[in-house]
Amino acid sequence: MIRIAIFDYGAGNIFSLKSALKRNGANVSVINDFNDVIENLDGLILPGVGNFDPALLSVYKCKKKFLNYIEKNIPILGICLGMEMLFEKSEEGNLEGLKIIKGEVVSLPKSLIKIPHIGWNNLEIVNEKSKLFEGIPNNSWVYFVHSYYTVPEEINIITARTNYGISIPACIEKNNIFCTQFHPEKSSEIGERMMKNFIKICTQSK
Amino acid sequence: MPVAKRIIPCLDVNKGRVVKGINFKELKDAGNPAILAKRYSEEGADELVFLDITAAEEHREIMKNIVKKVASVINIPFTVGGGIKKLEDARNILLSGADRVSINTAAVINPDLIQELMSIFGRQCIVVALDVSRNYGKGGKNIFSKDGKNYWFEIKTYGGKKSTLIDALEWAKKVEKLGAGEILLTSIDADGTENGYDIELLNAICNRINIPVIASGGCGSKEDILKVFEKTQVDAALAASLFHFRRASLNEVKEYLHKNNIIIRL
Repeated sequence: MIRIAIFDYGAGNIFSLKSALKRNGANVSVINDFNDVIENLDGLILPGVGNFDPALLSVYKCKKKFLNYIEKNIPILGICLGMEMLFEKSEEGNLEGLKIIKGEVVSLPKSLIKIPHIGWNNLEIVNEKSKLFEGIPNNSWVYFVHSYYTVPEEINIITARTNYGISIPACIEKNNIFCTQFHPEKSSEIGERMMKNFIKICTQSK
Repeated sequence: MPVAKRIIPCLDVNKGRVVKGINFKELKDAGNPAILAKRYSEEGADELVFLDITAAEEHREIMKNIVKKVASVINIPFTVGGGIKKLEDARNILLSGADRVSINTAAVINPDLIQELMSIFGRQCIVVALDVSRNYGKGGKNIFSKDGKNYWFEIKTYGGKKSTLIDALEWAKKVEKLGAGEILLTSIDADGTENGYDIELLNAICNRINIPVIASGGCGSKEDILKVFEKTQVDAALAASLFHFRRASLNEVKEYLHKNNIIIRL
């Protein structure tokens, strides 16, 4: 069985994510410290609920161990805030990001649109080869809830975009790190398929 | 394409059952929360809202269990409100599987709660519910008039029962500033009448804030939903009896909106 850990910052709903992974056949552990993590982990999820600084503080206390996972190339799925934390800095907080991905996180343009961005948008797939998109048609509806978006330095790591007043990265992929600005665990059948795809990626990386 | 307009079935929960009343009174039984949630999710609901309308202390555990059950059977977002008084209440509901919490009375009594919740859970987790009715007396800042009568929009608390003398338009601006991620705007005057949403109230609020607004109260048909999206800047339409009593299916409503050029998830 595929063993996936969800890192819990202690600030929100990870129950839905856990349920979605279980429904799709993964063995799920919820952890709040990388120091006491289980052996033979096949995949890791940084969930998407919370606030930038408090969430980062909870990862900082075991950052070395976290970086070990990155070095081992274990598949990682960063959802929303979990995606934003991997960048160098964010306008939401004062702390430094995890600096795994070059670039920054900025606020959606207040003058153009309502903030937060809450609701269903089309996924414009720009790299259909991404394993995360297997069986996902272009323009599928996915659920977003966020106030900030990522600006990666390397444009070619963006695998899908969406439009909310401006065009923003919806998915990013680098090495074995997969990120979604939307919430696959809340995106109905399409999201369920993406969760399944991530589990498959974990199986293949084993 | 920009963000789709959301259709949100609302489930009022009383002692573990879904109920529906008229003008916040006369409760009728409308079913089991988890079963209704699953049905709506499969039929294409974009989101769900649960309001614990009793929210007495002894029902807190019942609600927690309902949230868990609902979260394990659906894969769309849902919001839970009713009786959330403090940080711990919100945390319990969120950790049981809700995506967002909605606060009303507690925010009026203690506005700092909005900021406190926002700093821990993030703005997107916090919905502030405004229950509003027209007040024909004195006290409001923003005066409207119709048929020779002057009135203003007043915030009500405790399920619409208690007067606060707070002007809804001023309150909306304040909750946005304090960190609300969305406003769930219910017109008590329109609620349960099924005569259509309160367009005047919705416009008055939408014009003053820059966070999303969910329209609530008064929906009796798919035409009412089309009208609210055509005549106001609201982001979502909430309806209860329309769906509970199967007067229209979610699919039927969404097809109808799509045909009328409203951006909708199909």
